[in-house]
Amino acid sequence: MNGTLSYYTKKFLAITAAVLVAMSAQAADPIRIGSFLSVTGPASFLGDPELKTLEMYVEKINEEGGVLGRQLELIHYDDAGNASKARNFASRLIRSDRVDIIVGGSTTGATMAAVPLIEQAQIPFISLAGATVITTPVKKWVFKTPQSDRMAAERILSDMESRGLTKIGLISGTGGFGSSGREQTIAVAREMGNIEVVADETYGVSDTDMTAQLTNIRGTDDVQTILNFGFGQGPAIVTRNYAQLGIDLPFYQSHGVASDSFLELAGDSAEGLRLPASPLLVPDSLPDSDPQKAVVQAYKSEYEARWDSKVSTFGGYAYDGLRLAVKAIETAGSTDKAAVREALENIQGHVGVTGTFNMSPDDHNGLTAESFRILEVKDGSWTLVD
Amino acid sequence: MFSEFLQYLFTGITIGATYALIALGFTLIYNASHVINFAQGEFLMIGGMATVSLMSMGVPMLLAIVLAVVLAGVMGIALQRLAIAPAKDANVVTLIIITIGASIFIRGLAQLVWGKEFHVMPNFSSDEPIQIFGAVLNSQSLWVLGVGAVLVAILVYFFTRTMTGKAILATSMNKDAARLVGIRTQMVLMLAFMVSALLGSIAGIVVAPITFTSYDIGIILGLKGFVAAAIGGLGSGVGAVVGGLALGVVEAMTAGYLSSDYKDAVAFSMILLVLFFMPRGLFGAKVVERV
Repeated sequence: MNGTLSYYTKKFLAITAAVLVAMSAQAADPIRIGSFLSVTGPASFLGDPELKTLEMYVEKINEEGGVLGRQLELIHYDDAGNASKARNFASRLIRSDRVDIIVGGSTTGATMAAVPLIEQAQIPFISLAGATVITTPVKKWVFKTPQSDRMAAERILSDMESRGLTKIGLISGTGGFGSSGREQTIAVAREMGNIEVVADETYGVSDTDMTAQLTNIRGTDDVQTILNFGFGQGPAIVTRNYAQLGIDLPFYQSHGVASDSFLELAGDSAEGLRLPASPLLVPDSLPDSDPQKAVVQAYKSEYEARWDSKVSTFGGYAYDGLRLAVKAIETAGSTDKAAVREALENIQGHVGVTGTFNMSPDDHNGLTAESFRILEVKDGSWTLVD
Repeated sequence: MFSEFLQYLFTGITIGATYALIALGFTLIYNASHVINFAQGEFLMIGGMATVSLMSMGVPMLLAIVLAVVLAGVMGIALQRLAIAPAKDANVVTLIIITIGASIFIRGLAQLVWGKEFHVMPNFSSDEPIQIFGAVLNSQSLWVLGVGAVLVAILVYFFTRTMTGKAILATSMNKDAARLVGIRTQMVLMLAFMVSALLGSIAGIVVAPITFTSYDIGIILGLKGFVAAAIGGLGSGVGAVVGGLALGVVEAMTAGYLSSDYKDAVAFSMILLVLFFMPRGLFGAKVVERV
């Protein structure tokens, strides 16, 4: 009798102990990573791969034991590319979800709408949008992973210069990305001195025909090359119209179209065009000495295996954003916001998909124009030029 | 100079023909029920997306097009049966709101089924553009214009020469009276929704090679089509065509000669001007109440 009782007592104690251990493991609060992305709407081709990347790697990091022994929890909202929604969601992430860090903001508009709230709430924020204004001038709590459009403009214009093309016909989308790219291109051309923007046309983000604008550029005297700055389906239509009009000038696009789906949309008409892009598009052509090669190949194969769709540079921005966040939290040893921010600001030599990040108090982007590779479309696929 | 003008004109006529086809769909349902069907743009999307996805499954283009049009027709009937008919004697505004809801629903469904990417459809005939006096015309533009013209001719014949067409007009003028003379008005309404879905999907298919297609393409094109229909005078087939072409040409000319920044502003000024001076639109019929 006594024996049996003690058996049950032991069993009871053992179960209690197991439950307590399990509970205490759960009691370590998860690290809350907030995100607002344009998963639907006109910028969904940005937000969709970004969200997929975040979900996938949060899961993966959790399976591998989390960060600082704590699990990651992704709290996500879809701003549909709408700046005022983005602002509301950022506010919700800060006030009611009480997240530790925010990785998100697919578009420049959405990012900039959230910035004042983030600065006020003093929470580290890693944006996934491109425009220079996000980190220039430096804002204390705001970081970003994509190269700025200014660097893209620098990279494109210097490639043009090396081919002796100095008179540019510029066409750009009127969305945040296109209009910022347009401003930067004009500014960089002015600084370089020997390059001149001779034609300057724009198109709306949902336009279905840009023949009129391209006809105008073609009709401009001396124009030697044409550059399109924009994203979405617009640049693909520009590319097609360009081919239909039979314009016989070297054609450049921005990094806004750096994805395989652009090649599908533009088809044969993309032949010969050049653009600055993340090495992600040509992982296998990178030399083995390139430190990014392994990172890029791993991300590409993991993403494509998991989602059965092609990787895009935009997902790469989210990958870098999450990795930088995790690295900063690990370095800080806690989720204390000031410490994480400090750690982010001092990240050096972090090899990501987009480039090698060297953050500093004056540079919250940490990339240089050299992280862009110049690619050319040959036989319907990307080839590495420089 | 002349070649530029011609280029803008070609561009404008192509876009305009697209708007006109969409405007015709609005017109048809408006004629039958005085409802403005804001799900019209979704039929356009269904046409394009279904064709693309069927083709990617290996269905030959012509068959894919036929199947996509049939699918859209079925959805048109379903829209009338499942959303409009149950509302019975609801007033027109309620019905219009129902169509907006339906449009959001269809778009959401399409997003689930087909994803969010843009898709390409090959040109019907050659990819080689046609050169005319230094301007180029995409061969697909001829398809848009040709198909548009044929559809307009069929619709005109349908409304003026066939009993069914006349029954639709009669239902529109007075539902109760139409019912008294033996017209099955619910049947007529269903027919109107089906035909306008067919029209929308055909428009979506012929323009898809030019504009690409995605789950949300219907919003913008639908809106532009509605503007075209309003300029032409809701309810007038000729008005829809003229309104669509005028809108397209004005847009292209503005983009070419002024700046594309003003293009949408000019389109909206145009609708304001037309409605200001001719409140019923360019071809709007005078309303005659016979008692």
